Amino acid sequence: MRFLETFFNPAVIGQYLPDIFAAMWVTIYLAVATVITGVLLGGVLACIRAANLKVVNFFIIVFADIMRALPPLVLILILYFGMPSVGLSLSAEVVIWLVLSAVLTAFAEEIFWGGLTAVPAGQWEAGRATGHSKFQTLIYIALPQAVRMGIPPLVNRILATTKLTALGSVIGVKEILSVASSAQSFSGSATPLTMAAVAYMIIFIPAVIASHWVERRFSYKM
Amino acid sequence: MDMFLTTFFNIDIMMQALPLLLKGAVTTLQLCAVVIICGLFGGLMLALGALSPRGWLRWTSVIYIDLFRAIPPLVLLIFVYSGLPFAGLELAPFSAVVIAFFMNNSAYFAEVFRAGINAVPKGQTEAARATGLSPTQTMIHVVLPPAIRNVLPDLLSNTVEVVKLTSLASVVSLSELLYSANMARSVTYNASPLVLAALLYLAVLWPLVRVISRYQRGLAVK
Repeated sequence: MRFLETFFNPAVIGQYLPDIFAAMWVTIYLAVATVITGVLLGGVLACIRAANLKVVNFFIIVFADIMRALPPLVLILILYFGMPSVGLSLSAEVVIWLVLSAVLTAFAEEIFWGGLTAVPAGQWEAGRATGHSKFQTLIYIALPQAVRMGIPPLVNRILATTKLTALGSVIGVKEILSVASSAQSFSGSATPLTMAAVAYMIIFIPAVIASHWVERRFSYKM
Repeated sequence: MDMFLTTFFNIDIMMQALPLLLKGAVTTLQLCAVVIICGLFGGLMLALGALSPRGWLRWTSVIYIDLFRAIPPLVLLIFVYSGLPFAGLELAPFSAVVIAFFMNNSAYFAEVFRAGINAVPKGQTEAARATGLSPTQTMIHVVLPPAIRNVLPDLLSNTVEVVKLTSLASVVSLSELLYSANMARSVTYNASPLVLAALLYLAVLWPLVRVISRYQRGLAVK
């Protein structure tokens, strides 16, 4: 009984439900914005890399490596606390969006690039032989297959990255976790944290289940 | 340019902060060791559970895996660290971090192991059983070795994720690498310690990220 009182207090739930709902929208739009920019830029970078320009590719690889190797929270703190000193104050939302997009771009680029290299050379030759330009072969023949192969790992990476929107709470973005944390200290009850966990489950469990489906549907068989 | 250098690459401040950061790095390493070992072991057990013929065990494992893949690790951490004390369970930051990340990691590692075990042809199990090995012997001597070899790159990339994840421990004031760097930042009003922390993370993780990329490319070419 005390357990219910602590973690599922109805009075506290009633009081903070509207705030948590509002926060869910912040989480969702940050997640959607991140997915759009991250996946698009990742695809564009993978296509640019396919053009085989040595210098450009060097920078793409370095970017992708650094963004995959660094903990996102480090980047978030550097941008949020460092940029104002060089005269560029970014809002907390923008910092989260920039960092998560950069991270997702790096992973998406690697995934699409992996797909592009897995397309057999014969397909490229066939495309060129039927009179497509190199660019047309890339866009109409190689890329669709690369995207298809990349979908299962990409979906997993999208899930992992969008969950990182919770890091917004560290720099004060009004997303689910930060609203729940402050509600917890105001109310002196652990219930808002339970609400946060439930809110995340409402958003992400359908996504996790969808990812299982996508994995079966798009699993690539040679 | 000068302003940029003094804000992000201030050598004097970096040298001052270095001893503190190295101390933090030791905590990060300890944390990684505990979390990775527990996560690998727990993940393997969960994967076996998720593939068990016993219905209740299978469903408990699958629900556990999906649940903890849906909740952001930071939310788990805050829940364990600031929520559980309301139920009379007060944990030190280190234990809270280990428990929260174990829940998250074991679910991720379980998915990797499960994929590996599923990829081992059924005939192998049947052959082993036909030669008189028990189900446990079959799993240990026949199925697991090739299963683990197949998913080695995924295990490695998951391990990198765990190391990155430990930076979240800074949120509950565990004095690991990022926390120490952020302390140094707030004392010096300069972002250089954070950049130094980023460099330390890169020094360890960049080579691993390279190895993962190589490995995946190798698989794609095959």
